[in-house]
Amino acid sequence: MTVILMPALSPTMTEGKLSRWLKNVGDTIKAGDVLAEIETDKATMEVEAVDEGTLARILVAEGTEGVAVNTPIAELAGEDGSVSVAPLPVAVAPVAAAVVAVAPAAKALPEDRDWGPSAPLTVREALRDAMAIEMRADGDVFLMGEEVAQYQGAYKISQGLLDEFGPKRVIDTPITEHGFAGMAVGAAMNGLKPIVEFMTFNFAMQAMDHIINSAAKTLYMSGGQMGCPIVFRGPNGAASRVAAQHSQCYASWYGHVPGLKVVAPWSSADAKGLLRAAIRDPNPVIFLENEILYGQTFECPTDPDFVLPIGKAKVERVGTHVTLVAFSIMVGVAMKAAEALAEQGIEAEVINLRTLRPLDIDTVVASVKKTNRIVTVEEGWPYAGIGAEVNMQVIEQCFDWLDAPPVRVHGADVPLPYAANLEKLALPQADWVVAAVRRIV
Amino acid sequence: MAQAAERAKPADKAKRAKSRGVAAKAVSNQPGLPKEQLLRGYRDMLLIRRFEEKAGQLYGMGLIGGFCHLYIGQEAVVVGIQMALGEGDEVITSYRDHGHMLATGMEARGVMAELTGREGGYSRGKGGSMHMFSKERNFFGGHGIVGAQVSLGTGLAFSNAYRGNDRVSVTYFGDGASSQGQVFESFNLAALMKLPCIYVIENNKYGMGTSVERATASHDLSQNGAPWGIPGVQVDGMDVEAMHAAAEIAVAHCRAGKGPYLLEVKTYRYRGHSMSDPARYRSREEVQKMRTERDCIEGARHRLEGLGVDEAAFKAIDDEVKRIVQDSADFAQSSPEPDPSQLWTDILVER
Ligand SMILES: Cc1ncc(C[n+]2csc(CCOP(=O)(O)OP(=O)(O)O)c2C)c(N)n1
Ligand SMILES: [Mg+2]
Repeated sequence: MTVILMPALSPTMTEGKLSRWLKNVGDTIKAGDVLAEIETDKATMEVEAVDEGTLARILVAEGTEGVAVNTPIAELAGEDGSVSVAPLPVAVAPVAAAVVAVAPAAKALPEDRDWGPSAPLTVREALRDAMAIEMRADGDVFLMGEEVAQYQGAYKISQGLLDEFGPKRVIDTPITEHGFAGMAVGAAMNGLKPIVEFMTFNFAMQAMDHIINSAAKTLYMSGGQMGCPIVFRGPNGAASRVAAQHSQCYASWYGHVPGLKVVAPWSSADAKGLLRAAIRDPNPVIFLENEILYGQTFECPTDPDFVLPIGKAKVERVGTHVTLVAFSIMVGVAMKAAEALAEQGIEAEVINLRTLRPLDIDTVVASVKKTNRIVTVEEGWPYAGIGAEVNMQVIEQCFDWLDAPPVRVHGADVPLPYAANLEKLALPQADWVVAAVRRIV
Repeated sequence: MAQAAERAKPADKAKRAKSRGVAAKAVSNQPGLPKEQLLRGYRDMLLIRRFEEKAGQLYGMGLIGGFCHLYIGQEAVVVGIQMALGEGDEVITSYRDHGHMLATGMEARGVMAELTGREGGYSRGKGGSMHMFSKERNFFGGHGIVGAQVSLGTGLAFSNAYRGNDRVSVTYFGDGASSQGQVFESFNLAALMKLPCIYVIENNKYGMGTSVERATASHDLSQNGAPWGIPGVQVDGMDVEAMHAAAEIAVAHCRAGKGPYLLEVKTYRYRGHSMSDPARYRSREEVQKMRTERDCIEGARHRLEGLGVDEAAFKAIDDEVKRIVQDSADFAQSSPEPDPSQLWTDILVER
């Protein structure tokens, strides 16, 4: 008897829906036969049999949601083994639904403006909606990149856009990052408003020359005649176990360059409000998303005009003892650390930078003047990193208010390893932040 | 299987390594492989197939993480070419690299243990599926950035030319990668400097979900080096003998100091691009047709049967391969995770 387990079908999948059984109890199964369809966070996938035999029992009924990876879903009797047919579909109790990230609830400061009612939205949907709304509003906006059209996006961000806007405005490119990024910059110089999706920012290194030498510098070199209204977007940073060449945070690389704006959203509201602003911005904007956040759900304002200002940070949690400064996925880590610290009687203020260039240092300084302590949290490398910049500016502007040296929490200063245990040691965790705070509070 | 029988006729080999344009003089009358060699090829292809199936299974069990790109369907390409190479010749490829590693003689244990991220892996767990290397077997990786290995492979050839040895290097890349700018820059450099570099485009019809027709305006990738005078031929990548015959010609060309050579190999991957690919861009029928009518392992087996190889001999190979793969899977699960101190090593050479 062979037990068939719920398979992991993507690097980030921990559970899925067993949408359909394509075989019945008693059927003969050959290797390669499609057994079932499984819905992951990204797509519906067919699961093929590896072993041969007869389908003896189905353990998870079709339609069951939240089936954890490695849960037994069926039993296969060997070719020679006796077949005890027991057609008793047992539904596995669904695991708790997708984590809803901590809403900043009572302690948060008001937004720049009160946007009224909100609804839950995934970061993935927020990004898609932002592009769709801006594309409806402006015929010069178009999306281009690898697998963005027919495949609906490698990470399903552009789902449905080809259907709505057609192949003229949602364009699949060959794997030629340097070429298509340059082409998009040229189109932007001539007044169009391209959104260039990099499958991940790791591949934007192929296009680095055009992003920096062509997009960032044209306005300056032309004495202000010719700008470059373009958005370069895609997932940045580590995903899960994809090793050194596919896991890198480029925040400080782009943050270094005058002529660029650099945005790094955390929540769905960040994603939607800031992407809309980025598309409307007359400058080149680097929009650093995070693959692990795509499937996370946050409250997002439903107001059709909802947009956020580029260059404004957000205080996600109010506190008095220490200021935690983070961006992108590390905001969640900082929030988790703040909760743990609260249990120890330490109230941390958490600032979500939202934009890395221009940096909203005023919000950070105002907070430090209150808490007198700062800890920055980033996934990237420490050397010449965002934390180094934020802390230096804090030292320049409010040295006398600091009661302790600034502290940086950051990814290990090594190429990201593949091994599960080493990867964990390389990426900042909430307890690292707690330990860092405990050193100065 | 009439088709397989037809495919196996040795006299067709030369025709199959079809030539065009600048490649016209590159055709040989290479006969099919002798029985012993073909049997070896069959065994090597079967090892890759079974290894990849096991890797897919371990991925499903959560023992392998991240990206995992299986080579199932394409086995004849690396096996045929490797048989034409000599000791010391180098190989470099992309992230779809498990088959290449096994073909160069790297051990299944070390490859599988790298897939599970363990100390016993070729990169001690630090590289994973896409990044493995073996100095001993002259395998230079294992590269995750599409097209990057093409410039690097050109550099391997440069080092051979520089040293004046008679080694050749083989640079594998996909149909999708063939559009990258650095590929064309490499072609020019290699032709200009007459580098002993065999470029192999593994045209499996898709780069992720984009069919080759939607990715390039070039109708014949074997001619992509034509502007620089690089001879190129199309080869049936589902036929290990055709692969070997074409590779022999390419190797002879490079060893003779005549500069680079390009093989466009028509092949097919049966599985999704990576483990998380729903593969909606092609029909099940298309995949099924290739599997049943063109499979490289079935084809070789059929020809071997014609050469008098009996059931017992196949069974012996089957058993040997199964044993190696099972052993690699056991090793990959029992080998320990790397020591935490490994996080901080190998960043710079310490003197
Ligand atoms: C520079 C770069 N761009 C994009 C990617 C993402 N990506 C990985 S594989 C792939 C498709 C490559 O197709 P092909 O060259 O045909 O090779 P195959 O996977 O078919 O073996 C893409 C787009 C990448 N790894 N590197
Ligand atoms: Mg391909």
